[in-house]
Amino acid sequence: MDNVIEVHNLVKKYNGFTAVAGINFQVRRGECFGILGPNGAGKSSTVKMIYCFSPVTAGEITVLGMDVLSRPREIKARMGVVAQENNLDPDLTALQNLVSYAGFYRISSAEARERALELLGVFGLEEWSNHKVDDLSGGMKRKLTIARGLINRPEVLILDEPTTGLDPQARHVVWQQLNSLRERGVTLLLTTHYLDEAQHLCDRLIIMHRGTIVEEGAPGKLVERHIGAEVVEVVKGAGAATEIVASSKDFIKGHLVVGDNLYLYPLDGRELVRLLGQLGVGRLYLRPATLEDVFLKLTGRGLVEE
Amino acid sequence: MIQPFLPDVSELVCQVFKRNFTVFRRTWMVSMSFNFVEPLLYLAAMGVGLGSYVRPMEGLPYLNFIAPGLTVTSAMFAAAYECTYGSFIRMEFQKIYNAIIATPASADDVVLGDMLWGGFKSLLYGTVILLVILALGLVRSPWALLTPPVFLLAGITFAAMSMVWVGLVPSIDSFNYFFSLVVTPLFLLSGVFFPVDDLAPAMRAAAWLSPLYHSVRVARGMINGSVGTYILADILWLAVLALLLVPLALYLMRRLLIK
Ligand SMILES: Nc1ncnc2c1ncn2[C@@H]1O[C@H](COP(=O)(O)OP(=O)(O)OP(=O)(O)O)[C@@H](O)[C@H]1O
Ligand SMILES: [Mg+2]
Repeated sequence: MDNVIEVHNLVKKYNGFTAVAGINFQVRRGECFGILGPNGAGKSSTVKMIYCFSPVTAGEITVLGMDVLSRPREIKARMGVVAQENNLDPDLTALQNLVSYAGFYRISSAEARERALELLGVFGLEEWSNHKVDDLSGGMKRKLTIARGLINRPEVLILDEPTTGLDPQARHVVWQQLNSLRERGVTLLLTTHYLDEAQHLCDRLIIMHRGTIVEEGAPGKLVERHIGAEVVEVVKGAGAATEIVASSKDFIKGHLVVGDNLYLYPLDGRELVRLLGQLGVGRLYLRPATLEDVFLKLTGRGLVEE
Repeated sequence: MIQPFLPDVSELVCQVFKRNFTVFRRTWMVSMSFNFVEPLLYLAAMGVGLGSYVRPMEGLPYLNFIAPGLTVTSAMFAAAYECTYGSFIRMEFQKIYNAIIATPASADDVVLGDMLWGGFKSLLYGTVILLVILALGLVRSPWALLTPPVFLLAGITFAAMSMVWVGLVPSIDSFNYFFSLVVTPLFLLSGVFFPVDDLAPAMRAAAWLSPLYHSVRVARGMINGSVGTYILADILWLAVLALLLVPLALYLMRRLLIK
């Protein structure tokens, strides 16, 4: 079977409020699939329905060929979950957290202990195995939560904002772990609002905004399609945006005003910089386009297409 | 599609129980020593102190009259604390329920596991007080050996009652009201300290509905050796209450957990 997760016309309503408004996507076996979106976009609502936590309001989800409504226990047995909230058991030690959790997957205690020690090793937490969870730093807690999500050797791992609140070093450690999981063939579905994270990890992604999918594809392709190769960022250029855009209109594919800043999508970056220099425009930067620009363009305000 | 009212329960209930037991194994000294101080105080103040002014009740010296009730009371308080404050903290602050529901366990497994755990604590705390009154020479019959299963059954009823409250009023501040409006009146008016026959007719009827009243009758009969078939009726009533309250608690908690 090619698709590990299939989502059809999925809707989630909370007391009449629509958090997910009819979305469709598929996650293929072995890929890392990202759900990107600002706060409240409906990312968690979507993944909670996929990991059989939250009931589907309308539409359909199949995971590993099984319907989430009729076979939740079988699906959950083959899946790992790292929720957005920190839900490690603070009454237990790091090791006990993993061993206790393994019991819910019907793994024998001897096997559970073996796997737990191995996972603590993989995540560099051996020394902390007999410490209570509260003794661990934020980064270590997150790693322990991911380790816990792997205790049943899942085919699919769902991670809801796996690196939110971590320092850059801890994020890179988590990224390495996720990359090596993917190399071992584990399908990953993750949500994030970090664009560099999505760019770094995801083979394909969707961008959600207010419960709908506004764009989907491979990160590189999305940048190319919406922005191009480069962006010229004019700091505090918002005030003079109309004039700047008018005089550079033959050199750009589009622009966007966000806050005080003006973002120009040039046909040729250097030429545009030269032109703006001649016009006496102050602080500006030429930099490679990123997913962040796509994200701003699709979800930010002040979107104007030429 | 899963029927929303029918419980969805598996053997993973035992894992929830086991998780609570793992935590308890480390903390039992602290949590248990608090709990048998109070029944001892009641025995001293009411049984010995007040008892010297009180005529025998139902043919028993006052100390012997109240001692069995205090075993069941201890059982009731244990389950009531466990399945209000204990369960709510696990659910709301520690997010342990959510973590477990992401495994093959269902919400019903988690809540039922917590209620059985409450029942187990009743068994434990009731038995400890039974041993205390045994040491004080207040156990008069080997029938007393059969009270621990009664503590367990009563405990599950109390646990379910508490969990119903959590399901209806899921806020930690509301538990004060549960104790002052439900648990304390039960404690005072269920025949622990004086026979309910002395109450006004309406209150007598209310006492008859109380699970504590029936548990006290059973425990008093067994501990003082005056058993009869009435005990079976009391146990049956406890079982019926448990069978009604447990699914209701599961339903209310599921509504809270699954959004
Ligand atoms: N249990 C709930 N009851 C009512 N509304 C909810 C509930 N959970 C989420 N919502 C609402 O649904 C919308 C989508 O929420 P969701 O948590 O899915 O967003 P998100 O993309 O994960 O956001 P974040 O990045 O902040 O985690 C939000 O407006 C939120 O307020
Ligand atoms: Mg979220």
